Amino acid sequence: MSLLEEPIAELGRRLRRREVSAVELAQAALGAIHADDERLGAFLRTTEESALAQAEAADRRLREEPDGGGPLLGIPVAYKDVLCTKGVETTAASRILAGFIPPYSATSVRRLEEAGAVGLGKLNCDEFAMGSSNENSAYQPTRNPFDVGRVPGGSSGGSAVAVAARFACATLGSDTGGSIRLPASFCGVVGVKPSYGRVSRYGLIAFASSLDQVGPLTKTVEDAALVLQVIAGRDERDSTTSPAPVGDLRELLAAGVAGMRLGVPREYLDMKLDPGVRAIYETAAAGLEEAGATLVPVSLPSTEYALAAYYVIAPAEVSSNLARMDGVRFGPGFAAATDLTQAYEEARHRGFGDEVRRRIALGTYVLSSGYYDAYYLRAQKVRTLVAQDFERVFQEVDAIISPTAPTPAFALGERVGNPLAMYATDILTLPANLAGISGVSVPAGFADGLPVGLQVLGPYLGEATCFRVAAAVEERADVWRVLPALGGSG
Amino acid sequence: MSRLARLGLTGDELAELEAQLKDIIEAVGKLSQADISQVDPTTQVGGLSNAMRDDVVVPGLSAEQALANAPTTEAGLLRVPAIQ
Repeated sequence: MSLLEEPIAELGRRLRRREVSAVELAQAALGAIHADDERLGAFLRTTEESALAQAEAADRRLREEPDGGGPLLGIPVAYKDVLCTKGVETTAASRILAGFIPPYSATSVRRLEEAGAVGLGKLNCDEFAMGSSNENSAYQPTRNPFDVGRVPGGSSGGSAVAVAARFACATLGSDTGGSIRLPASFCGVVGVKPSYGRVSRYGLIAFASSLDQVGPLTKTVEDAALVLQVIAGRDERDSTTSPAPVGDLRELLAAGVAGMRLGVPREYLDMKLDPGVRAIYETAAAGLEEAGATLVPVSLPSTEYALAAYYVIAPAEVSSNLARMDGVRFGPGFAAATDLTQAYEEARHRGFGDEVRRRIALGTYVLSSGYYDAYYLRAQKVRTLVAQDFERVFQEVDAIISPTAPTPAFALGERVGNPLAMYATDILTLPANLAGISGVSVPAGFADGLPVGLQVLGPYLGEATCFRVAAAVEERADVWRVLPALGGSG
Repeated sequence: MSRLARLGLTGDELAELEAQLKDIIEAVGKLSQADISQVDPTTQVGGLSNAMRDDVVVPGLSAEQALANAPTTEAGLLRVPAIQ
């Protein structure tokens, strides 16, 4: 069995017993990437030299101080390409950032490096994290390892595939409307969207700043807690990070769900769900009940407006955030232009793909004079309604459970031509971003050979509670060790 | 919109985008049915306000580092075409 199939804590024990070295782990990971990633397309680039250097440094630390260092010392990880990595090209899977070498690293990346994690490289995603299938990458599609004819989900598709294919023990993604939880569900891994402000956004290339959060994707719930523990917490460089202490995120992992009250939102289950997804959800919910939890029917009545509010607010922030992508300070330049406006248009026309153009145009529209009140202001008020729904429900229940997505992974190409169908993929995940609360997707089973995740939503800063429920789902489902065949109709 | 957002779209691209935006704007028009009479707009979901820090000088990027990714520079400045 490949070493990379083991959970992080077990690898930590083996590293400390000298049964394996960090260099051997890094070599095993890089070897697996070389062997299989041509089919899957998870990585945009690997950083072998620095990976081996980081691994050697980790081995030195382990030799000098066998009982020292944290749980991530020597553990191979990788980063979604929207996270800046000092000295390593970072493109957000967009042509407009081709060749961009950040002069600094994102705080989340820096914290993992300081904890001794070994960075293997940069992971493919939808361009500027806008998409639900990874098909919006300007460079390559990423394929689902359980069926290479299907999408891995997006936008953190590369991050999910790298964990599912056991290329890396943990990856970082970003979640603006479901971009960590959705690919986690489609690829059979754990994905965490922390509460807004739990993890620093410094060095995350902005998509929608009021919704974006960085979070981990891992094989197990405990692994996710270990990684989040390191990256979470106040950062002077991001004034929206919460000053509240992070606490021990593993504290409740073994507590079980006996005595917990779990909300089952009527509006989520009334949706059109794939029968396989519904069956897996029902089995998982029944399992939680057997384990001693009480299932409580709850209502989130503003759900029907959440998608519309999201597709006003997110594009509005996109049009503003992406104004900086003008080809002047970074990007391929504009040799032919003789006028500044023409130069901007040339750089942006060449640099942006269809979905990014669509969202910039939509955002420009909803923010323009005459439409602002009808769309943007109204959407921000609806956002308050969505948040109030959750606040009210969390007075009655400890956490909310639902499927993560209405369907398992869909076929490559299936939704590309229909933006509205693609947007609806995120209907069960994006309300949590609007409200700023915590959420986890945990593998719950397989429908026709495709992984299906269960979503646990917790209150604001309720990550430990999400992990508690997710750990119970993981234990009963007992599917996290199932490996993808890397085959299929692709 | 294409001009306002400096997207530089051409004829066919404009026509396709126009049709798609029409559909999306119609879909988000659902917002008009929500009763928002009793709520304020969301400004910050974490409930933080006025996050302050001490105003102290810390090391930042050198001009060289800051310009390293720019396609055209001259004498430590960004070079762009003139506004016509």
